[in-house]
Amino acid sequence: MLPFTLEKAQTVEEAMAAATAGARFIAGGTTLVDLMREEVERPERLIDINALPLADIHVEGDALVIGALARMADVAAHPEVQALQPLIAESLIEGASPQLRNMASIGGNLLQRVRCPYFRMLDAPCNKREPGSGCAAIDGLHAGHAILGTSNHCLATHPSDLAVALVALDATMRVMGPQGERNFPVEDLYRLPGDTPHLEHTLLPGELIIDVHVPAGAYSRRARYLKVRDRASYEFALVSAAAALDIEGGRIREARLAAGGVGTRPWRLRAVEEALIGKAPDRPAFEAAARLAVQDARPLKHNHYKVELLPRTIVRALEMTGEVA
Amino acid sequence: MIDREPTSSNAEAGSRPVPTLPISRRTVLQMTGGAASLVTIPNMSAQSAPAPGQIGKALERVRLIVNGEARELELDPRQSLLDVLRETLDLTGTKKGCNQGACGACTILLNGRRVVSCLTLAAMHDGAEITTIEGLAKGEELHPLQAAFIQHEGLQCGYCTPGQIMSGVGCIAEGHAGSPEEIQFWMSGNICRCGAYPGIVAAIADAAERT
Repeated sequence: MLPFTLEKAQTVEEAMAAATAGARFIAGGTTLVDLMREEVERPERLIDINALPLADIHVEGDALVIGALARMADVAAHPEVQALQPLIAESLIEGASPQLRNMASIGGNLLQRVRCPYFRMLDAPCNKREPGSGCAAIDGLHAGHAILGTSNHCLATHPSDLAVALVALDATMRVMGPQGERNFPVEDLYRLPGDTPHLEHTLLPGELIIDVHVPAGAYSRRARYLKVRDRASYEFALVSAAAALDIEGGRIREARLAAGGVGTRPWRLRAVEEALIGKAPDRPAFEAAARLAVQDARPLKHNHYKVELLPRTIVRALEMTGEVA
Repeated sequence: MIDREPTSSNAEAGSRPVPTLPISRRTVLQMTGGAASLVTIPNMSAQSAPAPGQIGKALERVRLIVNGEARELELDPRQSLLDVLRETLDLTGTKKGCNQGACGACTILLNGRRVVSCLTLAAMHDGAEITTIEGLAKGEELHPLQAAFIQHEGLQCGYCTPGQIMSGVGCIAEGHAGSPEEIQFWMSGNICRCGAYPGIVAAIADAAERT
């Protein structure tokens, strides 16, 4: 690990000032310490933000508010999270391991780096790590890589399960920066790789995530997260789907859908949602709508299976919402 | 700095009493670190953070309460909690497996919660209370989960065992040890390459019933 200095912020203002001057925030550290040890990340100055009062989880009106420093395990176990937004709890429990969930913060989870093996392999080209160097995954091994939102410069999927759930649920985030406070949809945090895959998010220099707001919807309680992977737990998704339905009089009134493991960012499936409106919640309707998820898919040699697996995962997740009491 | 003399701690041999040797296994490993036949473990040690002070950066003063004992330390900010436990405090019961947070061999309790000590910087934990495998037994009396691991043969080579037991203590405390299926899911952060999983699950289920 390369040398760095470590400071502890006591206030949000201190943290922002340090970050504006080039320091990197560190909270749980589960991504950053690992990548620093590999020298993929090379910060010269770290600012420990764990003392900031941003770990609260509460309800404001009908919205669930989750502080950026709340730990994954605490959010997943929180009674109001489980009661109001079970999709959030389920997506968190399906991510990482119990130890990592005790450590990792919500803000860090949303900003975690990609798991493409070439990103952490210093002798392989990677446009995300070293802009302009090329993408080793395109001609290399890419069975786990994205089929949606890819470019000729990057195929890496965004690894967060929580982000998929938040994007499905129209969650917004509040950030604080030198220019003040901003609120925007969690979906807008993420950039497509295009020809600048090293630019992953839309935060401005010095900005700090304060909290995430999840609005309640009639669909919130009938919501499930399904993660398909190589082993039953503690593994990243090959394909995942967050599905939430509001059904009235035997017809779908509203649907919320997003997918993980397939996109270069958490992938909202609006065409599938629209195709479900007004339909009876049955398998033929689910299958017809789910097909629309892959109409823009650009699979490569090793990840073609995802073109079939994604619609099937969506159908299964939609069926699972019917199992919710 | 680090006590290289034989100590009364028999961490490497588990907590069963063994005769005090004139020279500890760890000392042997350290002395023969260059020998090709022993490269695996010494090389992993060699990858740990450099000795404090080596780079001229300011050291962090950190106070940790480790197994009930207050320790005042001066640390390089790069040192992981795992490296501080093993290299600075000579508590080598906590194992370094993957050093990437994937295997769970380095699991400890940090302020009562199970974490992987390889992925956290020790200097960020001033004032923290840490429990390692060395802190579980009360003198000669094993922790119920340690006893259950022996009774159910929850190990073969034993390298992952300290992490399994610390993670199991956390799993039981969290209330996630209600059924074999639940234990499997909530222990998935601990890998056992010998495949002693049936014994591990049985040991945790047994200890959970008794506590």
